[in-house]
This record gives sequence, structure tokens and C-alpha cells, in this order.
Amino acid sequence: MKARYKRMMFIVLGLVAVTAIAALILNALQSNINHFFSPTEVVANEAPKDRTFRLGGLVEVDSVKREDDGLTVHFNVTDNAEVVTVKYTGILPDLFSEGQGVVAQGKLGAGGIFEAEEVLAKHDETYMPPEVADALEKAEAEAAAQGAAQ
Amino acid sequence: MIPEIGQFALIVALCLAIVQGIFPILGAQLNIRPWMAMARPVAQGQFIFVAISFACLVYTFVTDDYSVLYTASHSNSLLPVQYKVAGVWGGHEGSLLLWAMMLGLWTFLVSIFSKNLPDEMVARVLGVLGLIAVGFLLFLLLTSNPFERLIPAAPDGRDLNPLLQDFGLIIHPPMLYMGYVGFSVAFAFAIAALMGGRLDAAWARWSRPWTIIAWSFLGGGIGLGSWWAYYELGWGGWWFWDPVENASLMPWLVGTALIHSLAVTEKRGGFKSWTVLLAIIAFSLSLLGTFLVRSGVITSVHAFATDPERGTFILGFLFLVVVSSLLLFAWRAPKIGQGGKFDLVSKETMLLANNVILTVISAAVLLGTVYPIIIETLASLGIVEATNKVSVGAPYFNAIFVPLLVPLVFLVGMGPVARWKKADMPDMLRQLRWAFIASAIVAVVVPFLMGGWSWMAALGMVLAAWILTTAAYSVRQRFKATNTELPWGHRLNSIPRSFYGMHIAHIGVAICIVGGTMVSNYMSDKDVRMDIGDTVTVGGYTFRFDGVIETKGPNFTANQGLIQVLQDGHELMVLRPEKRVYTVQTMPMTEAAIDPNIWRDLYVSLGEPVSGGAWSVRVYHKPFVSWLWAGAILMALGGVVAMTDRRYRVMARREIKAKSEADTVTPKMATEKA
Repeated sequence: MKARYKRMMFIVLGLVAVTAIAALILNALQSNINHFFSPTEVVANEAPKDRTFRLGGLVEVDSVKREDDGLTVHFNVTDNAEVVTVKYTGILPDLFSEGQGVVAQGKLGAGGIFEAEEVLAKHDETYMPPEVADALEKAEAEAAAQGAAQ
Repeated sequence: MIPEIGQFALIVALCLAIVQGIFPILGAQLNIRPWMAMARPVAQGQFIFVAISFACLVYTFVTDDYSVLYTASHSNSLLPVQYKVAGVWGGHEGSLLLWAMMLGLWTFLVSIFSKNLPDEMVARVLGVLGLIAVGFLLFLLLTSNPFERLIPAAPDGRDLNPLLQDFGLIIHPPMLYMGYVGFSVAFAFAIAALMGGRLDAAWARWSRPWTIIAWSFLGGGIGLGSWWAYYELGWGGWWFWDPVENASLMPWLVGTALIHSLAVTEKRGGFKSWTVLLAIIAFSLSLLGTFLVRSGVITSVHAFATDPERGTFILGFLFLVVVSSLLLFAWRAPKIGQGGKFDLVSKETMLLANNVILTVISAAVLLGTVYPIIIETLASLGIVEATNKVSVGAPYFNAIFVPLLVPLVFLVGMGPVARWKKADMPDMLRQLRWAFIASAIVAVVVPFLMGGWSWMAALGMVLAAWILTTAAYSVRQRFKATNTELPWGHRLNSIPRSFYGMHIAHIGVAICIVGGTMVSNYMSDKDVRMDIGDTVTVGGYTFRFDGVIETKGPNFTANQGLIQVLQDGHELMVLRPEKRVYTVQTMPMTEAAIDPNIWRDLYVSLGEPVSGGAWSVRVYHKPFVSWLWAGAILMALGGVVAMTDRRYRVMARREIKAKSEADTVTPKMATEKA
């Protein structure tokens, strides 16, 4: 009786723990996955409206504008097909510069402006985030297909 | 000439590793003494040749030999000499060579400090280490040869990534790799035990110090990495849940479970199969970490190259190691037997729970880290619908880590006080009631002292205080149990070092929690635009921007900001954050200025020039942040103290002696009976 009771307790406690942990992990995973969208997809309204996502592409040349407070920055992210304007308040990473790859995390705000909470730039000059490389390639392939169709 | 010697030495080392991986193991299985005896000299030779090879690579860096491709890509004649040496492991090929050399070093150490071990054990352990070395040396020679020539030679090198030109690069990778690779020893011991069918308290006692010291190195390396990121990346974060960090955290978590499980195996003969499995998992995760970092499959700060060939090789090697060791485990584990019985409330159960929690955290971290790869792979195979690329954010990891930390820390307090086999819960609660009360008081009082109530801060404080108070109680009880007739010093000395080590490491956990809680809840920061003479107040300190001057370093030019820090109108100090531009790669780098002390760090970094001499400036007040690293140091130190416990040397020797006296039959039969 004693041994059986003990074994039952181990099993019950184990099951409770497993259930709790699985629920915890699945819940955490579900609410913290960020999808990546290219400017073309954002313009085509494929990106979620009220959820955080990642936007990536190249910083359009001559698009970086600073507000008078010196901290709020506007810039355009492009995949050489479409353009999305990004607004960010804070200090940009060292390697942020025009014509270079960038990934921004945030939400779409009013007027289709992407309000970034975080801006990630590449970590050396030869490196390109693979998502960005992918997005650029896709946009280029589509442009080529359209050119062929015409 | 020197690079060719280096490459040749690497080939010789590979040949020796092959011999080391084959003959001693076969010798141990077939009981051929001369083959077993080859293990030590061959292993030592292997290390010497890898070390020669490593020295050759260092030589090409120090002498600016840009006819070597790797040197030309990771060094420059203007680079200060300490970074030339550290630059050796600043890229893919060199860091793998460092891996191989660390493996050689561990192998060498095992070959020296194994006088007390039976010959078959030594032969098998060194043999398994030899097989791992074969994998890594092949990997180096086939896919990542650091000595490849560049013809014609480059006039100068492309320079080391400026992010890496820092003291951190000199110590962080060697320390981290010592830890990573150190788990190969625990793994080799586990495999040797499976091969020999011998897994008893003596075995646990042999493998425990090796596992603990590897764990200490890994923890120290992770702590250093965190500290480096904190002061180097310019925005004061200390943990990012970056895939590369996760890659080192996972083996550390499993390693933590392993050192606790080994305690049960040694003291009670229990958890045997589980211990072996943990050793296999810890090393597999080390390999997986190498794969994640080195294959470029997950891109992050540390992945400098994307090379599918290399990724495939490591993945293949990982697969081979995991599958063969799990097969061996499935085949042999039933032989190694079960441990003693224990009650639902006992030290064993608590250690079991500790192991489950640590393994679960580590599995959850693994899931979060490889989730994007899994989804992408499944999509490319057509199993799930292809979606956009995903990434798992830091909140996922925090959401798992924090809730699981609570029961874990509760156990840190209970475990050392609980009895083996059967513990009395009401009695323990009675014993620890003052610890409960004290922790609760601390949890309520400290947040108010810090200037604001928050549930998270209270939770962090109760956890930290719980560890500290229960540790104090446990040490006091232990001291009382010593011989009261002896003087103080002797009484303290009669308590084993491993007991002190355990509590030092546990206190380290508490200190870390204090640091993490305080800095997450009470940090204040401001991003501001500052004209000359402007002030900003953060955390009770006033920062005045006195302009920017230009300075010059050996291989960079910099704008140096002058920030006067004031408190109550008194000038305290001038902080000098820099914005550097490294001349070779024309890469900008933010160099933060930090004034650290025990209670808070003041952290200032320069953003960009805005207009008319004004700059954007980032100012932080980070209370207790240095406690994070102090805690990491204490954990590592605890490991070192525990490892020096006398019984790992004395008892092992005594046992061998007793065994050889008892067994007049052949040693092999004796071990099998055992």
C-alpha cells in the first residue's frame, strides 16, 4: 500500500508538472514569435496590423531625416521594389547607414508608418541579414517576371 | 615555411588521434595490455603536435605573414600585438584550432592526473577523447584549414573586426572553450563506463572533479561574455538571448544538472543511467553550440561566415556522436543497475526535481533557439505551410526562465538541509522558519528602500534572501555537528571543501539574482540631445556635456565626449565615452564610459553628432549591475573550491588499493563483477 501510494504520488506530481510546463512553453512561444515582412509585403497589406513584426531591407539613400530633438529619426526601408517609412526614437546602432541592410522590429502605425521599437543593423560590412538578402532577391525576381510578361 | 610546419603538425596530430582513438579502446575490450598502455603517450603526443600547430598560427599573426589567407583576413600590421595574438581565435578557422587545442589540453591533463584510475578506464577515456579529436582535426583539415596560403600575398591584412578588438576577446573565448570542450571529459567518462559496464560510486568520484571544473570554466566564460557585451556594445544590455549565448547556456544548464546528479550517484549510487545520459546530452549540446555558431545557420554577432559545407560536416559529426552514444546507452545502460530507494520527501527527490527543472529550461531554450530553423526546414520539406521567416523574441525566454527559476531556487534552499533517503517535511519547515520570515521581510523592505514597490523586485529579493539565509543556516548546522572540543579553525577545516564549494556557488546564484532583479526593475536611462553645457539628471546624478575632443589611438581615430558627473552640485568625475572610427575597415564603434561600483554603474555612450556641436547621448544609471558578474564569479569559484575536495584524491587512491588487494583474479573480471 505504502509503495503503491508513493509511486502514485510520483506519477501524479510528474503529470501535473509536465502539463504546467507544456502550457507555459506553448503560451510563451505563441505570444513571442515575430514574423518577418519585406516592404513589398507590407505595402500589399500582408503584415499584421496590431502585432509586432520585423521589417527588413535596405535603408534608402538620402531618406534619413532627424527631427529637431535629435533623437527621432525617419528613414525609408526598401527592397528595391516598394518603400516603407520607419520612425524610431533613440540612438541608432553603430552600423546603421544609408544604402545598407537593416532589420527593424515594431508595429505598423497610423498612415502606414512603421514604428520601430528596435533597430538592428549588420555587424560588419560584408554581412547581410539573410532575411534581407532573401527579400531583395524575391523583389528582384518579381520585377524580372513582370518585365518578361510585358 | 612556418605555416607549412603548422599544417604538417596538424596532420601528425590527426594520425596520432586516430591511433589514440582505436588501439586503447580495442585494447581495453580485448584485454591487450600493450594497446591500452599506448593511450597516455599517444594522447600526450597528440596534444604537443596540436600545440605546435597553434603556435605556428600565432607566429604568422605576430610576424604579419599575410601570405596566409586566414591571417590576412583577420589581422593588420597596425593591430596592437595583444590583439594580433587574440586575433588567432577571432575567426572561424582559428577558433576551431583553439577548440582542438583545448581538447588536446584536457586530454593531456587527463593523461597526467589519472594515476589512480584503472588502466582500462584510462584507455577508454583517452580513446573516446581521441575519437572526438579525430572529428575536429578532420574538420579543420578538410573544411577549415587555417594555414591556407594566399598567393600573391596581401600587402596588408583586412584587420580584425573592431568589435573584437578588446580585452574581452583575449580571455572570453579561451575560457568559454575550456568549458565547452571540458564536457568532452565528462562525456568520455560516461562512454567509458558504458563500455566497461562499470558505473559505481568510485566512477562518480573520478568524473566529478572533471565535470565540476569544466562547468566552472563554462560559467566563467559565459559571465565574461555577458560583461564584455555589456561594456562593448554601447547600450548596456547584459543578456540578449542571442542564439550564440543560448548555445553556451544550454550545456551549462545541463552541466549544472549533471553535477547535481553526479552527487546522487556518488553518495547514494542512484540516478546512474540518468547521470550518463546527462553527460551525453551536455557534450552533445556543446557540439550543437559549435554547430549553431560556426555553421552560420543562425545569424548573429558571432557568425562571421556562412558556409554550408562546414555546417554539414559538424551536423554530420554531431549526428554520429549523438546516435552512436545513445545506441551504446540503450544497449549498455540496463547493465549499470539502479540505485537505492528513496522517499517522496528526500534529498534525492529534491535533486531529481532540480534536474528536471534545469533540463526543462534547457529544452525550452533549445526550442526557442532552433524554432526558426525547424519551421523553415519543415516548410522546405512541404510538411507545414511556408510562411515568412520567424524569430523568437527575448520575452519568450524570460517568460519561461523566470517562473521556472522560482521552484529551482526554493530547492536551492531546501536541498542542502534535507536528508538523504527520507526527509521530514514538517521538521524542515520548522528548521527553516526563520529563513522564511527573514526572506519575506527582505522582500517587502528592499523594494521600498529602492524607491518603489514592484512584484518582480519583491520576488527577486525573496529568492535571493532565501538562498542566503538557508545557506547561513546550513553552514551553522554543519559547524555545530563538528567536534566541539577542537579549536575553531580545525572545526571549520574538518568540513569538506565540497560543502563550502556548494554554498559559495549557491550564494553566487543569489548574488546574480540580486543584480538581475535590481537592474531590471530600478534602472533608469535617458536618450537625450545635448548641446555643450546641457545637463541631464538620471538616478540622482547630474551629467553635464562639456563637448567633444578628437583623439587618436593606434589604429583608430575617435571623438571623445567629456561628460562631467555631478551630485548635489559637487563635481565627481569626468566620463569619456568615445565614438571611434577604425581606419582599416572604416567602421564606427561606440565605446561606452562606465563608472562602476558595488551599488551602481554610471554608463554613458555617445550617439551621433546632431547639429552645431550637439550630440545625442545615452545615459544610464544601473543599480547593482556588477552583482551579476560577481555572482557568476562566485559560482565558478564554488566549483573550483569543490573540485579541490580531499576525498577526490585520497578516497580514490584508497579505493583502488582496496580493490587491487581484494581482487586476486584478473582486474577485468573484477570490474565486470562490480
